[in-house]
Amino acid sequence: MRQHTLWRRRGTLVLVLLCLLLTGCSSALLDPKGQVGIEQRSLILTSFGLMLIVVIPVIAMTILFGWRYRRSNSVAKYLPDWAHSNWIEAAVWTVPCLIIAVLAFLTWQTSHSLDPHKPLESNTATMEIQAVALDWKWLFIYPEQGIASVNELAFPVDTPVRFRVSSGSVMNAFFIPHLGSQIYAMAGMDNDVHLVADKVGTYPGRSTNYSGAGFSGMTFEAHVTTPAEFDEWVAGVRASSEILTYPEGYSELAKPSEYHPVEYFSAVSPELYESILLSFGGHGASGDVGHGEHGGHREAPGDALHESHSEVNELESASSAHHQAAIGHVTNQHASEDRAMSGYPTSVEAGG
Amino acid sequence: MFGKLTLDAIPYHEPIIMVVAAFMAIGGIALLGALTYYRKWGWLWHEWFTSVDHKKLGIMYFVVALVMLLRGFADAIMMRTQLAMAAGGAAGYLPPEHYDQIFTAHGVIMIFFVAMPMVIGLMNLVVPLQIGARDVAFPFLNNLSFWLFAVSAVLVNISLVVGEFAKTGWLAYAPLSGIEFSPGVGVDYWIWALQISGVGTTLTGINFFVTILKMRTKGMTMFRMPIFTWTSLCANVLIIASFPILTATVALLTLDRYFGMHFFTNDFGGNMMMYVNLIWAWGHPEVYILILPAFGVFSEVIATFARKRLFGYNTMVWATVAITLLSFIVWLHHFFTMGAGANVNAFFGIMTMIIAIPTGVKVFNWLFTIFRGSLELTSPVLWTLGFIITFTLGGMTGVMLAVPAANFVLHNSLFVIAHFHNVIIGGVVFGMMAGLTYWFPKAFGFTLSEKWGKRSFWCWFIGFYVAFMPLYVLSFFGAVRRMQSYANPEWQPWMILAWVGAVIIMMGIACTIIQFWVSIRDRKQNADITGDPWHGRTLEWSTSSPAPFYNFARLPEVGDIDSFWSQKQRSKEQLEDAPYTDIHMPRNTVAGPIISVFALVLGFALVWHIWWLAAVGALGVVASFLARVFNDDIDYYVPAAEVERIEREHQQRLEAQA
Amino acid sequence: MATDTLHHGAVAEPHEHHDASGTKVFGFWVYLMSDLVIFGALFATYAVLMKGTAAGPTAADIFELPFVLVETFLLLLSSFTFGMGVLAMNAERIGQVKAWLAVTFLLGAAFVGMEVYEFQHLIHQGNGPDQSAFLSSFFTLVGTHGVHVTVGLVWILVMLIQLTTKGLTPMTRPRIVCLSLFWHFLDIVWICVFSFVYLMGVL
Repeated sequence: MRQHTLWRRRGTLVLVLLCLLLTGCSSALLDPKGQVGIEQRSLILTSFGLMLIVVIPVIAMTILFGWRYRRSNSVAKYLPDWAHSNWIEAAVWTVPCLIIAVLAFLTWQTSHSLDPHKPLESNTATMEIQAVALDWKWLFIYPEQGIASVNELAFPVDTPVRFRVSSGSVMNAFFIPHLGSQIYAMAGMDNDVHLVADKVGTYPGRSTNYSGAGFSGMTFEAHVTTPAEFDEWVAGVRASSEILTYPEGYSELAKPSEYHPVEYFSAVSPELYESILLSFGGHGASGDVGHGEHGGHREAPGDALHESHSEVNELESASSAHHQAAIGHVTNQHASEDRAMSGYPTSVEAGG
Repeated sequence: MFGKLTLDAIPYHEPIIMVVAAFMAIGGIALLGALTYYRKWGWLWHEWFTSVDHKKLGIMYFVVALVMLLRGFADAIMMRTQLAMAAGGAAGYLPPEHYDQIFTAHGVIMIFFVAMPMVIGLMNLVVPLQIGARDVAFPFLNNLSFWLFAVSAVLVNISLVVGEFAKTGWLAYAPLSGIEFSPGVGVDYWIWALQISGVGTTLTGINFFVTILKMRTKGMTMFRMPIFTWTSLCANVLIIASFPILTATVALLTLDRYFGMHFFTNDFGGNMMMYVNLIWAWGHPEVYILILPAFGVFSEVIATFARKRLFGYNTMVWATVAITLLSFIVWLHHFFTMGAGANVNAFFGIMTMIIAIPTGVKVFNWLFTIFRGSLELTSPVLWTLGFIITFTLGGMTGVMLAVPAANFVLHNSLFVIAHFHNVIIGGVVFGMMAGLTYWFPKAFGFTLSEKWGKRSFWCWFIGFYVAFMPLYVLSFFGAVRRMQSYANPEWQPWMILAWVGAVIIMMGIACTIIQFWVSIRDRKQNADITGDPWHGRTLEWSTSSPAPFYNFARLPEVGDIDSFWSQKQRSKEQLEDAPYTDIHMPRNTVAGPIISVFALVLGFALVWHIWWLAAVGALGVVASFLARVFNDDIDYYVPAAEVERIEREHQQRLEAQA
Repeated sequence: MATDTLHHGAVAEPHEHHDASGTKVFGFWVYLMSDLVIFGALFATYAVLMKGTAAGPTAADIFELPFVLVETFLLLLSSFTFGMGVLAMNAERIGQVKAWLAVTFLLGAAFVGMEVYEFQHLIHQGNGPDQSAFLSSFFTLVGTHGVHVTVGLVWILVMLIQLTTKGLTPMTRPRIVCLSLFWHFLDIVWICVFSFVYLMGVL
């Protein structure tokens, strides 16, 4: 009988594990289809494992101590004034410090190696796709092919893709869970993320940053194809009778719509993506938000601010200074985009 | 005449809202009727609304918070029900425009109108007692703070039936919250509710900071303060330094919306990234404002019920201070995916992880307080043990989110939702429930039912795991926050499981309500005559329960940490023969409620662009404030004889029990 | 500590009030720190948005330094006159206190008047706060300071009335001390505004 229960328990355990395993297989993050996603999966699992070094003992100690030192247990030691031990204090500071030190090292490394702005190493040339978030659909522009599509994405397997991401409306975020990193899409800002897929297939993609009523329907399918199939797909798009002009066709498309059907445009206005970006600057390059030429100027006021307030609230001025830094970084990246737009070779920021 | 306000603003076509509104109206009328019938209006006004007694204000904060908890939880269960239904093309029962208001309201209400008032209410109830003071530094401002908070809660509830609430998410990211993309009044309700209550919170922060620094009783040095007072001090420092950022940020958004300015707009040079930075420069310290006092509660609870000194007092204090400072340099971890450079992301990621060190140390200190203690497994202790387990798991997922490269796939997903509920429910809610049960007798003079308290705990504890573990799983499938429906039917079983968890939590809330009812019914049996029902360690237990309005007939003197405990250990020697003296006390004030009602009028008028009414409200605020400024009759002396009479009654009760 | 001394009864009253006023002034200091955080946020916003001119005018195009310099001297002078008022208060000369406060009020009012004129002039030229992010942040930063000064002016009026009706009491004294802190605080903030916004904008 006892044996029987034991077996039954083991059976349950196996079942539970099996469930988890199955979950793992259909799970986008645990079953990634590209180099970036694979590295991120191992990073998640590593940090999970490192944290378990503390978490498991804590949970065990909570239950153990709580039970052992319960009032009704007269066997356990009771020392009402025992409240200090150098050994324990040293241990409880050292162990978390060590774990965090390892994690910090890992963080520093992966922040650089998995920097979304960093081009991926590959023998195949990087392809560029421009993604524009609209209310509430995704416009994908293929500058090399001169075509565009709505809510459908296709690119060849094993080809690194540089997604340049912007918005024609509010903030969104571009994300294909199976492939890895997401990035914010912001009007007037030229963001980018480098991704690659190593398996043919169709992967769901979506906006992850809430953007209003039609947000839930702001999804798309990413078709990762063989090169031949990709050419077919491009030919299919080119066969479309629709073309996307700027500003007329674009502003028609930009009108809010929910669960927008897939659309193909066989031709697009040249520099469409750049036009959308600049439409928010509205006044040429000089007056635009956060373009890199001004990055230098920006440091100075930040410092002045720091000086003038340091006597009052160190924290606040420190945070303002970091602020500058944080915003400065996005802008620096835009600086390189600026140069790209004006014909200089693109130098993508790697390493801040 | 009425600005943008017309009869169309009342959502007649929304059956859910109308039913809720009807219930609220019936409940409200019943309450008002009962108050009139039992002639309680005068009592309510003189004893409560105009009171400057920190203990009564603390109780009122809690009452409003518990009412708002019901509203916030109703939002939660509606969301879970919607997501349990809306799979694979099904639309569910809430259209996006309604669903979007609900998740926004849920976040705003739970943070600003449940968690904050609970934390501030507990500070009000406990801190002056713990430091041996008779009141806070600025009693009138304390009353005003409460009323500013209360009218903002009213403003949020008005938005339910007049107009709409924001559909932007609880932090109202620009440019979505700008006038171009949110032309309705929802964001304006959000703005003015936050501004009015934010002013109140800032005043509270200043008030308690000064109280703790300036009004400690004789002998209570900083390093003899109870840990709850320490954590409150740090939380108030965070309030003083961070809430002005919220005020400024929301004011800038207001200027964008009302005067067509361009701080955060897409065009004309506006910068939405500035908004996100500013709001999180407040938002991150905000979460520590909530969690630090909860840490304090657990420290008090665990030392009291383990009948043992808190392990590593100094470490605990320094860990709290470290967390306070670090909380200002981590805000960027809320938006690693904005596209900042790798160095910036890594810096903020590492800073965030460093916070885990002092937090981890605290957890171990609690554990080693239990170690070699004599732990009574009361419901506050259960909440504490549940907290240690749950919060540790939440901390783990927090550290995972803090790794930028991992955050790139976890951000905006249900992982984030599961994580912050993991720390907010496991930390703040459990902490407030523990604190409520622990200090309830000090406020009311009788203890709460243990049986129902434990039932509530187990419902919350189990319900939490059933509700939120599925969200972790779903995040790995790619499910994101704030979606009203989803195409993938495979997600539905997990969503239904999460709904079941929410129902279990609802049972926990029901248990708490029953707990109140049962305990009030049995208050005679559960009366706390001694004023020290738990064999406590800190000063609040040295006075009677409920504490007299002057807190201490004779101000206590403190010789060490846990001084009440050591005093009890030494002997029963008291300063019995020392004569009572007159006690200086602040008078009640009508200014707080009146100023706040005008502030409510002002807020409502501004939401609807009714400019003349706004002028009335603004003038009313200024005039009633000036009336207060010109009033010299703000304090009085309680005669020694009166003090003696009250104390003798307490003594008689004690003797009768003995 | 206020309550600590109370059991000495009526005799200890002046001492007790002294302590209470200490708490008040300390509390006001803390308030000023939190107000400073608001200005910090506005300065930071200005720093980020100052180049967001949207092809409209830049700082150099619209600021008239001599005009602002006059404003600055008015405010600096008013800080001096307030200081004289506090000295008079310490010397128990209530008439002089009122006179210095009145002078401070006039200087402050002149400052606010000039600022209103400057704003109106800019808006008239078509450079209102709705024209660009730079102008929004400029108007807001400088305007927030101006609103503070205006509140200070109302406060001075209130104190003039209270000095007349109540005289120098344990109630009015700490209020004058707080007001003087407020006034000097606004002076310091203005010096930051002047050097950071105007001077650096023009240079």
